[in-house]
Amino acid sequence: MTAKQVLDPETPLSAFRIEDDRVAAASNMAPVINGFDEQAVEAALRIKEAVDGTHVTVLSYGTDFALDVIKKPLAMGADDLVLLQDPAFENVIDPMLTVAALVAAIRKLGDVDLVLAGRQASDWDNAQVPAGIAEALGWPIATIAKHVEVDGTTVRVQRVLPDGHELVEAALPAVVTVSNELGAPRYPNMRGIMGARRIQPAVWSAADLGIEPTEVAPAFELVSLAAPERRVETEMITGDDDADAGRKLALRLREEHLV
Amino acid sequence: MPDPTSILVIGELVDGAPAPATLEAIAAARALGGGPVGVMLAGESVGNAAQTAIASGADAVYAIESALLADAAPDAVVAAAAAAVAAAGPRIVLGAKTLLGRDVMPRLAFRLGTALASDCTALALDGDGRLLATRPTYGGNADATVRCLGTPAVASLRPGTVDALEADATRTGEVVAVDAAIDEATVRTRSIERVEQAASGLRLEDARVIVSGGRGLGGPEPFEQLAELATLLGGAVGASRAACDAGWVPTSYQVGLTGKTVTPELYIAVGISGASQHMAGCANAKAIVAINKDAGANIFKDARFGVIGDWAKVLPAFTEQLHELLSGSTRQPG
Repeated sequence: MTAKQVLDPETPLSAFRIEDDRVAAASNMAPVINGFDEQAVEAALRIKEAVDGTHVTVLSYGTDFALDVIKKPLAMGADDLVLLQDPAFENVIDPMLTVAALVAAIRKLGDVDLVLAGRQASDWDNAQVPAGIAEALGWPIATIAKHVEVDGTTVRVQRVLPDGHELVEAALPAVVTVSNELGAPRYPNMRGIMGARRIQPAVWSAADLGIEPTEVAPAFELVSLAAPERRVETEMITGDDDADAGRKLALRLREEHLV
Repeated sequence: MPDPTSILVIGELVDGAPAPATLEAIAAARALGGGPVGVMLAGESVGNAAQTAIASGADAVYAIESALLADAAPDAVVAAAAAAVAAAGPRIVLGAKTLLGRDVMPRLAFRLGTALASDCTALALDGDGRLLATRPTYGGNADATVRCLGTPAVASLRPGTVDALEADATRTGEVVAVDAAIDEATVRTRSIERVEQAASGLRLEDARVIVSGGRGLGGPEPFEQLAELATLLGGAVGASRAACDAGWVPTSYQVGLTGKTVTPELYIAVGISGASQHMAGCANAKAIVAINKDAGANIFKDARFGVIGDWAKVLPAFTEQLHELLSGSTRQPG
């Protein structure tokens, strides 16, 4: 990760919807799409394949977008893309405005049956935004999915547990967060890439969403961002060769009463 | 009863007792100072767990009992926690980033009109008594400290960050029964079936020694050598996400941000680069030993001892030497 990315907080998130058994999705994706969000796209596309009439919309929140990056879900097979784009939609650490914008967008889309999102962003967010969406809409939520199935009125989700799995069920509409155990997201094929070129994303500003950003009270203000304190001095063990270093390591650990 | 200076810990019961992470959160709340510490405990029955929480530092326990809390369905626990917040009126709500806490705490925060300072590794109060929460961000490359502006502030603590207080049976506290009005309609995400793989041997979370393998091992076979070393040291085998995603070992082996958080005395990382996602799960180990052929691997930054070399040559010699050392004497756990 580059220094710029460290100082440039992104809050990747994706969500999907089903309209009359159709699904929609959201992603915030600069400079790449959050890995878990690509898995959420994959989950949506599998539902689209299984349920006729499923429509997948990708929602993405931010100030500006790299179109070739953000269009990847379209190339993978999503139906359309809505960019929630406004100078106020900075990728700050506070999720309140992100949630407000995504919730407003989901309401504006209407007829959304399922919101799919990556289980967490790789930087800051820890799956707060999907929880916020579920709370704001009053929808049930199932987290850390490795399999998602929709049958019209119900979503069945296989959740990953540390030592196994859990099958849960909720009535639609619902929010589901997707984990890497779902499997690798598909690669866009040439037809998908060509098709994605022809799709122009819709762009909705804060005003389009009926949001006044300054009226959304933040949950946090940043006090400091610092390199973590280095807690340990590393002692490198060397030997005549690798095996010798291994033997010396054993002796050192014994000296320190670590074994 | 509501006390605007108080801190409320959202507790968790494991086998009828407060979870270790709950006792740690109580200790963290006490260390913050400034007000009484309450603990929400919710289950089919709370029973003696209330006294354990009080002995471990709680001034009050908000006990919520319902048959619907027996399986700790997140929907029911969020409702219980919200009811406890209404009863306690705290300025800070503190949970732990356990499996349940990951589901419950963000939703509770949004239900209370704010967001969660999640996975915190340090907590403090500013001059105005507002919560300053520090947590690793951007893949562990930066510690961010935020001031929580919500009323109440809501935060969750990374397990293993602070030590629980020594239990003191002479401490006294009040147990308040709270009615959270939990009914069938509360639980909207229903658990149909829960399958736990039979834990073969020691749980990673309980292991004093963990031998963990990553992408650098190149395949599933080397994990047998790791298991041999773990057995010799009375420990357990873990893995990085890369090794689990590759299918070399089951997901249940995974240590890291999206796997298990472990706090062993000794964590031996073999062929693990030390991506921040992995370090988030093992950074609280007392000592990390890294064996990796890449001198620039991130893992060495957090390791107390490191060997730069080919694990396939280092590990057998290391194991054999340990075998000699340990068979020749009575083992003294460190």
